[in-house]
Amino acid sequence: MVACETSLMNVAEASPLVKYEAVIGIECHVQLRTASKMFCPCSTDFQDDPPNSHTCPVCLGLPGALPVINRVAVEHVLATALALGAEIPEYTRWDRKNYFYPDLPKGYQISQYDLPLSARGRLEFDTSDGQVSVAITRAHLEEDTARLVHEVDSNGKRVSRVDFNRSGVPLMEIVTEPDLRTAEQARRYAEELRMLLMTIGASDAELENGQMRVEANVSLRPWGQEAFGTRVEVKNMNSFRSVERAIGFEIERQARAIDAGERLLQETRGWDDDRGATYTMRSKEYSQDYRYFPEPDLPPLRTDDAWLEGIRARMPELPAARRRRYVEELGLSAYDAAVLVADLDATRLFEAALTADEALPAKRVANWVTGEYLRLAKVAGGEGTVPGPGGGDRNGIGGGGGDGEAAGQPPVSPRELARLVRLVEDGAISGTNAKQVFERHFATREGVDAIVAELGLRQISDVSALEAAVDEVLEANPAAVADVRAGKTQAVGFLTGQVMKATRGQANAAIVQRLFRDRLGA
Amino acid sequence: MEHVAYLARLGLSEEELTRLEGQLNHILDQYRVLAELDTERIPPTAQTIELENILREDVPMPSLPSDEVLSNAPERAGDVFVVPAIIGGAGE
Repeated sequence: MVACETSLMNVAEASPLVKYEAVIGIECHVQLRTASKMFCPCSTDFQDDPPNSHTCPVCLGLPGALPVINRVAVEHVLATALALGAEIPEYTRWDRKNYFYPDLPKGYQISQYDLPLSARGRLEFDTSDGQVSVAITRAHLEEDTARLVHEVDSNGKRVSRVDFNRSGVPLMEIVTEPDLRTAEQARRYAEELRMLLMTIGASDAELENGQMRVEANVSLRPWGQEAFGTRVEVKNMNSFRSVERAIGFEIERQARAIDAGERLLQETRGWDDDRGATYTMRSKEYSQDYRYFPEPDLPPLRTDDAWLEGIRARMPELPAARRRRYVEELGLSAYDAAVLVADLDATRLFEAALTADEALPAKRVANWVTGEYLRLAKVAGGEGTVPGPGGGDRNGIGGGGGDGEAAGQPPVSPRELARLVRLVEDGAISGTNAKQVFERHFATREGVDAIVAELGLRQISDVSALEAAVDEVLEANPAAVADVRAGKTQAVGFLTGQVMKATRGQANAAIVQRLFRDRLGA
Repeated sequence: MEHVAYLARLGLSEEELTRLEGQLNHILDQYRVLAELDTERIPPTAQTIELENILREDVPMPSLPSDEVLSNAPERAGDVFVVPAIIGGAGE
C-alpha cells in the first residue's frame, strides 16, 4: 500500500500531464513534388545549383509579371484531400497575404484564406497508448518564400543574403484541430502524414532538408477546464525526434511556469536541438495583420467529379489500408505490417518479391525485409536507400502514369530476394548461409544463384550423400557416441557440429541430426 | 490611421495624417451608403473576368540568366542579393 502511494506521488512529480491536459495542434508546410514552380515554369530541381539560378520575373516578384497555376500542384493537394477523407469544395479562390519581409519581394504571398482547396479531413494512427484520430481543419495551397541567410558582413553590418530559388515552390499547408494530447501523438501524426504524402507522391517530405516543416501550437489547461490556456507556437523542429522532444519540453516548461504563478506569453518559440530547449523567437503581443484580399491576377478554381475521379483512380493503396491488408490477407503481425509500410522501399521490395514468386509464404518474405533488409539499409545510410530528392525522378501522381510511388532502384532485387527465400524454403541452403548470401547481394547486387555457387553454400539435403559423412563422424568420435548411448542426448549436437564442419556448413543440420538419432536410437 | 500607414510602410507627417484621416473617413462614409443596399441574394464577387481553371502543365522552362536576375540588386555578393537584416519580421 505504502509503496503504491509513493510511486503515485513520483508520477505526479514526474509528469505535468497528471495535473494538466496538453492541447496540441500541428501546422505542416510541405513542399510539393513538381518539376516546375507553383506559378511559373522555373525548375524546382535546384538542390545543387547556385543561388538565384532558378528564377524569373514571376518568382522574383517583378512588377507586371503574371502567375499561372501549376496543374500538378493543385492535383497533389486534391489527392491529399481525398487521402484524408476531406471535403473538397466545388469552388476555391486565391488570396493575397500581405506582409513586408525580404523573403517575399512582391510584398504578399499568394495563398488561400477563406476558400481553401480542402477542409475537414481526418487522419488515424497508432501510438503506444492506442489509436488516435486527429481532425484536419484544412489543407490549402500557397507559394514558398525565398531563403534568407542572416549574417554580419565585413563592415560589421548585419545583412540578409537572399536566394530566390525556393521562392514560388508549391507549398501545401495542412492544419489540424487542437486534438493532440501528448508529444508522442504529435510525432506520430507527423510521421503518418509524411508516410501518406510520400505514398501518394505528393511530396518527398524530408524534415531534415525543410521539405516538410512542422510547427506545433502547445497550451496547457487544468484537467476538466474547457477554456484553452495561453498558446505557444513551436518552430524549428527538424526531425521527428525533435518534434517529440520540443513539445515534451514545452509542456514541462509551461507546467512549471503555471505552477510558479508566472504569466505565460503568447509567443513563437524555436527549438534548439543541441540545448534541448525552446527559446523566444518573437512575441505575438501585436498580432499580425495580413489584410487578406482576393488575388486579382488568378481566376478561381472549380473542381468537378470527373477531375476528382481521375485523381482517385490514380491513387495507390494508402498506408492504413495497406497495413490492414497485410494483417488480414497476408497473415502478417500488426507489428511487421507497420514496419514494412513505414518504409516505402521496404514496401516495394516486399510486394515485388511476392509478385516474383507468388507461392512464397508472405510471412517469410516479410521477415527478410523487416529483418535483414532494413538492418543493412540502415547501416548503408539512414532511411533513404533510394536516390534522394533531385535524383531525377519527380514523377508524382499527376506526373503521368505510375502508381504514385516513384520508384528508385533499391539495392536489393526483388526477384533475387524471392529466389533466396525459395532456396531456404526448399532446404537448398541453410538460414545462416542465406544471410551471408543476402549481405553479399545487398553489397554487390550479384545474383543469388551465382553467389551460392561461388561460395559453395548449396545445402546438402540428400540423405545418401550425408550418410557417408555421418558414418565418418561416428567412427572418429567413439566417446560422444558412448555418451549418446548412455542417455546424454545433447552429444548429438556435438556430432552434428562435426558433420557441419566437415561439409563447411553445407549439410542440412536437421537431416544430419535425424540421421544420428536414428543410428544411435536416441 | 498610424497603424494603416505602418502596415503599408508609409512614413507620414502629423499634417498628412490629419488630412488623410479626413479623406479615409469620407471613403468609409461612402461604403456606409453602399452597405445600405440589400445584397442578400448576390454572391460575393472577387473577379469580374469570367474565367476559371486557367492551369499550366508542370513543364519546366529555362530561367533568367543570373546577371539579369541580379541586375537590379541594390547590393550583391556573388550570386545572392544582399539586404539589410530585418529581424523579427513576419514570414513563414
